[in-house]
Amino acid sequence: MKFGILVNEGPYQHQASDSAYQFAVAALAKGHEIYRVFFYNDGVNNANKLTEPPQDDRNITRQWSALAAAHNLDMVVCVAAGLRRGIKAEILAPGFNISGLGQLIQAGIEADRLVVFGD
Amino acid sequence: MSDTQAGEGGNSKVRRFMFVNRKAPYGTIYALEALEVVLIGAAFDQDVSLVFVDDGVYQLKKGQQTKDIGQKNFSPTYRALGDYDIEKLYVERESLQARGLAPDDLLVPVRVLGSAELGVLMEEQDVVLSF
Amino acid sequence: MTVLHTTNKSPLQTRDLQSCLRLTRPGCGILLLEDAVYGALKSTEASEMLAEAAKDRRIYVLGPDLAARGFTPEELIAGVTVVDYGGFVDLVAEHHHVQAWV
Repeated sequence: MKFGILVNEGPYQHQASDSAYQFAVAALAKGHEIYRVFFYNDGVNNANKLTEPPQDDRNITRQWSALAAAHNLDMVVCVAAGLRRGIKAEILAPGFNISGLGQLIQAGIEADRLVVFGD
Repeated sequence: MSDTQAGEGGNSKVRRFMFVNRKAPYGTIYALEALEVVLIGAAFDQDVSLVFVDDGVYQLKKGQQTKDIGQKNFSPTYRALGDYDIEKLYVERESLQARGLAPDDLLVPVRVLGSAELGVLMEEQDVVLSF
Repeated sequence: MTVLHTTNKSPLQTRDLQSCLRLTRPGCGILLLEDAVYGALKSTEASEMLAEAAKDRRIYVLGPDLAARGFTPEELIAGVTVVDYGGFVDLVAEHHHVQAWV
């Protein structure tokens, strides 16, 4: 089955991104396909490569990047929400791409299920 | 814009998209950014409906004056949704009543449904986007 | 196929779960994750509301979130099912669509 995932909160402040990540890992482990992970609202902050948590904490941005590299995930950061929050190409972590909201609607059309993680 | 190609390319897959708005405007950005998704979504020729429940009904309150809080008043955009062929706006009766509001207090014509009817409508969707 | 609803906030703190219950119908599934897992505990002010809902809806609790918060499945009201992330994935696949009560 093809899943679309929408992440609407940034890292650390809310659990949403962690939950979405664990969901994605579990879905891939079960042989499902992730059609796209779309980052919106404060969720765009997940793509910030300057993210640097304490060493004993998880690096959420790096987790997403690694998952994308391992499974060729399409991770899209909304351009409008990103610009609003200073998330631009120059600070984008590996695996994230900036594109328009149409990519979210497209995921709603093409994926079998769209799962929203927010707060 | 390239985003709209799927909608214009004779895409036969029409899905029922419901945008569920449950948060008040201005205190958080959810209402405004949900509206931005709705406007883009309109270009994709899907079956779109908007639902306002809980504090989401406050998004439609008449008379919003935002000058003194330094934010843009985006409420007129709800009145323009018809121009984008988005005509299915639903408000939950219980949410209105709980807030002492009547349909006359809203800045755009909506269909008011009880929770039971709205629950059925929610079940009939293909994609539900909640903000 | 019915709908899977997800809610992530404690019903002792916010009214999201109440709204979810008001607007959902018998037969649907409701998954409590993150802080919503507190809503399925016995002996809280929310227990009765959940127990009532569990009569005609399938209530699921995300086990990893429960364990993270220091509770065990034995402390949940009767009739709820604990799932892991894989179970969450299965639930999404088994239902027609998912609605998040964020």
